[in-house]
Amino acid sequence: MQVLVFLIPISLFLGGVGLVAFFWTLKSSQYDDPEGDAHRILSDEYDDSPAP
Amino acid sequence: MSVQACPACSAGPMAEAVAQAGKGDQKVMLSLPEIHCAGCISGVERSLMAMPGVRNARVNLTLKRATVDVDTGIQPADLATALTARGYTAHELDAGTLAATQTDNRGRELLMRLGVAGFAMMNVMLLSVAVWAGAADATRDMFHWISATIAIPTIAFSGQPFFRNALSALKAARLNMDVPISLAILLAAGMSIYETAMHGEHAYFDAALSLTFFLLAGRYLDHRTRSVARSAAEELAALEVPRALKITGDTETMTPIAELAVGDLVRVLPGGRVPVDGIITTGNSEIDRSLLTGESLPVFAGPDTMLSAGEVNLTGALTVRVTAAGEDSTLHRLTDLVAIAETTRNRYTSLADKAARIYAPLVHLLAFGAFLGWLIGTGDMRLSINIAVAVLIITCPCALGLAVPAVTTAASGRLFRQGMLIKNATALERLAEVDTVVFDKTGTLTQGRPQLVDPGSYAPDDLALAQALARGSSHPLAAALSEVVPDNLPYTSPTQVRQLSDSLLQHEIPGHGVQGDLNGQTLRLGRADWVGADPVVGTATYLDTGTHTVAFRFTDSLREGAAEAVAGLKAQGKTVILLSGDHPSAVADIAARTGIDAFEAQVLPDEKVAYINRLRDSGHKVLMVGDGLNDTAALAAAHASISPASALEATRVVSDIVLLGNTLTPLADAVLTAQSATRRIKENFAIAALYNSIAIPIALIGLATPLAAALAMSASSVSVSLNALRLR
Repeated sequence: MQVLVFLIPISLFLGGVGLVAFFWTLKSSQYDDPEGDAHRILSDEYDDSPAP
Repeated sequence: MSVQACPACSAGPMAEAVAQAGKGDQKVMLSLPEIHCAGCISGVERSLMAMPGVRNARVNLTLKRATVDVDTGIQPADLATALTARGYTAHELDAGTLAATQTDNRGRELLMRLGVAGFAMMNVMLLSVAVWAGAADATRDMFHWISATIAIPTIAFSGQPFFRNALSALKAARLNMDVPISLAILLAAGMSIYETAMHGEHAYFDAALSLTFFLLAGRYLDHRTRSVARSAAEELAALEVPRALKITGDTETMTPIAELAVGDLVRVLPGGRVPVDGIITTGNSEIDRSLLTGESLPVFAGPDTMLSAGEVNLTGALTVRVTAAGEDSTLHRLTDLVAIAETTRNRYTSLADKAARIYAPLVHLLAFGAFLGWLIGTGDMRLSINIAVAVLIITCPCALGLAVPAVTTAASGRLFRQGMLIKNATALERLAEVDTVVFDKTGTLTQGRPQLVDPGSYAPDDLALAQALARGSSHPLAAALSEVVPDNLPYTSPTQVRQLSDSLLQHEIPGHGVQGDLNGQTLRLGRADWVGADPVVGTATYLDTGTHTVAFRFTDSLREGAAEAVAGLKAQGKTVILLSGDHPSAVADIAARTGIDAFEAQVLPDEKVAYINRLRDSGHKVLMVGDGLNDTAALAAAHASISPASALEATRVVSDIVLLGNTLTPLADAVLTAQSATRRIKENFAIAALYNSIAIPIALIGLATPLAAALAMSASSVSVSLNALRLR
């Protein structure tokens, strides 16, 4: 059972990383144009910033 | 466009607008209704970037919109024209009207709460599974405490929308769905903390969190459906850029309509919509009043003719003195009507409300009964509270909360793909109940675009002369004449008509017609009184060849899919009626062509309302389909209403559903979709009731465990969502 001392914090930390990543995508408007983003990957032009 | 446009998406541009403020001097929005692929995106962006004065351009494919940063002084209309010339149809959007849709903070906030609830639910579920698998004593307590530290802040944050609604309902001494929801979440959390502190066996943290998560998902779906509809409706409104050409001294300037004052002079160009109420000071023209009155025949307008906002100027440029602008104009006075319509609509109780009305008191009584029963039976306070809370959690309105939004999302998505925009939350339910359909004629069943009746019946020479003269005018009747190419008449080949036309030296006399000269003989094509011909019944234009006069008769061309829609509705057993303000012969003609048996002509706007009220009083549920301002009151009075996108904004506002495309075909299918959506909602209620009828007895006899609650909750929510997805 000693292993729980490590496992629980690790699992919470990993979940927290996912949550922070979700916040980041939300804040940087990455759900702005889901269809456009799906098509943009086919474009030859290289653009490194998703906005504006 | 797809319904996948999530509100969080539309939240984006605003934030960027702030971030990008320094880059361009001006932000321009363009609507791009036809783009659909990666090639279109880069094509539009490249074309825009190549134009002078453009700093930055970004296409949003989901919203089919482009945001362009330009230097000041660049006219948005020019960008749209240039882009259209390159093959990408573009329309200018009024940024002021759109600004309201862009800040969808509520959607983003809901998504944030949903994300937090999902994270917490998964982690707590992980710990709960360990407890259910047999963790005991100190380990179980530790797991419960960790669950509590995750669950309590999450509930405090994610549950706020429910708590807020419940509180406002309680303040107004009402019960809504949010009251039992909030109670279940709060009691589950409170009881679990107490149990954890007392080293108890059962804690319902996972149930409290999954309840929050599932209900937030329903709430978010609901919000998304509505905000997609709202943003599309506002985009339609934004297409009508509210500007007018104001004349000051010798200069004409584009001025927002809001800034016009009574007494100002405004220039209305041919083909333009009259922006204000006013009196013509100079110029002659013909005016299309069909949107206001339903008449398909254009009327003559000269100095001192009164014009109302919304009419279309056809032939000559007019100078108009403003008599009422903005709030006072005919268009705006209709907002009163709209307000009345909204209240009648609001009186309609949706299925969800009906369910909530039965459900909320029932659940509270059950839980309270269980508490009393066990308290009297055992005298154990802690056990009684535990059982009462278990009843509240198990009967959780999870499935009920998802039942309606999941179905409406699926149904509006399906209708949206067919080109119909659902604007009102209860529109689908009302549409499903409809048994009588009333159509307006001009602009709804017809396109408002005339067609020459039986071109073969005219003498070839007359037709050729008329066509040659018609080339000198942009009047709709002239345009319709030019389109006619009778294949059995070699004489009137387009080339010969063009040569004839060039030799005529024709010139347009605005408001009257076109005049030309052939070998010293004056030819005229235009209104009956001007040409000197005897007027015939219906829409017609008259040719004076010098020796005799000919009347060219026109009929309105049917809107695409009009006959199919009528046939489809009749096949469903609906009564179809045509009400029009137009002349009886024109109405009878259209009725015959679409297959409508019952029709009435020369109906005034208030008679339309009275007609619909009579139908309603005799127990019918009426669907009104109309586009004109003369239909607005009737649309508002009907049980459900549909208008085409070509209708004026005031008319679209009162309708529940807007037809985005040019065709009426999806109409019959929409009624069927609405009916199956209502059926799915009822099925979902039945599924929820079934789960409850199994789970409640178990909870009442005290056998409910957190595991059973989690299973019942997830199973009912998933089956309800899957049932809704069958609609797609």
